[in-house]
Amino acid sequence: MTPDPAPPSLRVSELAYAYPDGTQALFGVDLSIARGERVALLGPNGAGKTTLVMHLNGILTAGHGTVEVAGLPVRRDTLAEIRRRVGLVFQDPDDQLFMPTVREDVAFGPANLGLRGEELDRRVRAALDRVGLPDVIDRPPHHLSFGQRRRVAVATVLAMEPEILVLDEPSSNLDPAARRELAEILRSLDVTVLMVTHDLPYALELCDRSLVLSGGVIAADGPTRDILSDADLLAAHRLELPFGFSVPAGRS
Amino acid sequence: MGGGHHHRLFRHGDTAVHRLPPQCKLVAVAAFAVVVVATPREAFWAFAVHAALLAAVAAAARVPAGFVLRRMAVEVPFVLFAVALPVIGLGERVQVLGLSLSVAGLWAAWNILAKATLGVVASILLAATTEPRMLLLGAQRLRLPSLLVQIAMFMLRYMDVILDEARRMRVARESRGFAARDLRQAPVLARSAGALFIRSYERGERVHLAMLSRGYTGEMPVIHDLRATARDWRTAAVLPAAALAAAALSWSLL
Repeated sequence: MTPDPAPPSLRVSELAYAYPDGTQALFGVDLSIARGERVALLGPNGAGKTTLVMHLNGILTAGHGTVEVAGLPVRRDTLAEIRRRVGLVFQDPDDQLFMPTVREDVAFGPANLGLRGEELDRRVRAALDRVGLPDVIDRPPHHLSFGQRRRVAVATVLAMEPEILVLDEPSSNLDPAARRELAEILRSLDVTVLMVTHDLPYALELCDRSLVLSGGVIAADGPTRDILSDADLLAAHRLELPFGFSVPAGRS
Repeated sequence: MGGGHHHRLFRHGDTAVHRLPPQCKLVAVAAFAVVVVATPREAFWAFAVHAALLAAVAAAARVPAGFVLRRMAVEVPFVLFAVALPVIGLGERVQVLGLSLSVAGLWAAWNILAKATLGVVASILLAATTEPRMLLLGAQRLRLPSLLVQIAMFMLRYMDVILDEARRMRVARESRGFAARDLRQAPVLARSAGALFIRSYERGERVHLAMLSRGYTGEMPVIHDLRATARDWRTAAVLPAAALAAAALSWSLL
């Protein structure tokens, strides 16, 4: 195998962080995600998942260790470029969609990058096409269904043409159809994806590789199928498959 | 679905008034209000001219009188205050329908009522012909303090979300047998209001993070081409200019 000349989309090394009140949330996290990979970050509530995500685009800055996005370290002077490269999709789409119409919301990111006029319009339409919602462009976000809002939230980030898409609990509150539609969209994207979730079947459906974050460190890193088949590992980190679910044999 | 235009103040239309850029209309209404306030209260005819001008704008925008009248309810507190003035006013008194009323109070009441009514009607016409978010874009275009415009923008976006949260909290209260009958239940409602405030505050923090994540640096990017032509400004100027002419004439007649 020849080594990939491109730097990994995301490289985190020895990342440690304590909140100002002294609570230590991360105790040395190491991980690397290659370009084009779809990886699930699994972990129980309180494992530090959100804290880790906040480091990826510099909202929190590392107490110790480094975060690099496509070779660029997250530092105060690189924040603007880092935030273009890392597309964060928040759990509640109402937090993410803050503008009066879908068009303005999707345009917010690229407009902050300095795009205007035709080029901006092209980006907005392309992003909405990629999530299959070109028709909602002039609607206000609060008139969309929850599933549509989550997809528009993905579009707001895609419009910035990120290096890596980071999704926080993408399947939460979605009905089964919306969940499947979102999975199809995520599969169709050609960007690196890091999916933070405790929805294990969804991780298995979308990601070949999984990381388990527990107690502020990466406790396991391997093929999703192997991790979900390891009942002792799951139990040790408060992860559980839903009732009646077993990892299907063979490749899905 | 055309979607999204359930604001009770806005009335769809495609008239010359609707089409004017929002910043022109904002300036026109503000200038009109200043002229109205500057009109001497003794010049009854000048107020008739002002009212006729607004009627002409309403006709041009195809806003029916009933629509405007119903929305004038916001003026009620002023009316109550104005009605009280002649009764509690001091000085020379006159007999009207068997009531002894203060002359100065009557003048003050007329002054407040006439000017407030004209201002309220002008604002209602502005709101009826301009979508709320366009108003804010116009304000942004006029370089009003950007922080205030942004706060208003978020209020517009999150009003429904917060009302929805308030409704869910009410349902949760009532499902556990709560009924607000009298003042004794006030502490519960106060705590609900506090919880709602904290939730909204936390949402504000999350929204801010989402904005930072997409490159927000303190300014909202202006992506709308809202340029107004000289002709737009001339059209918008008709209302305040005509009112100014009437006011100027009334000053010279004093």
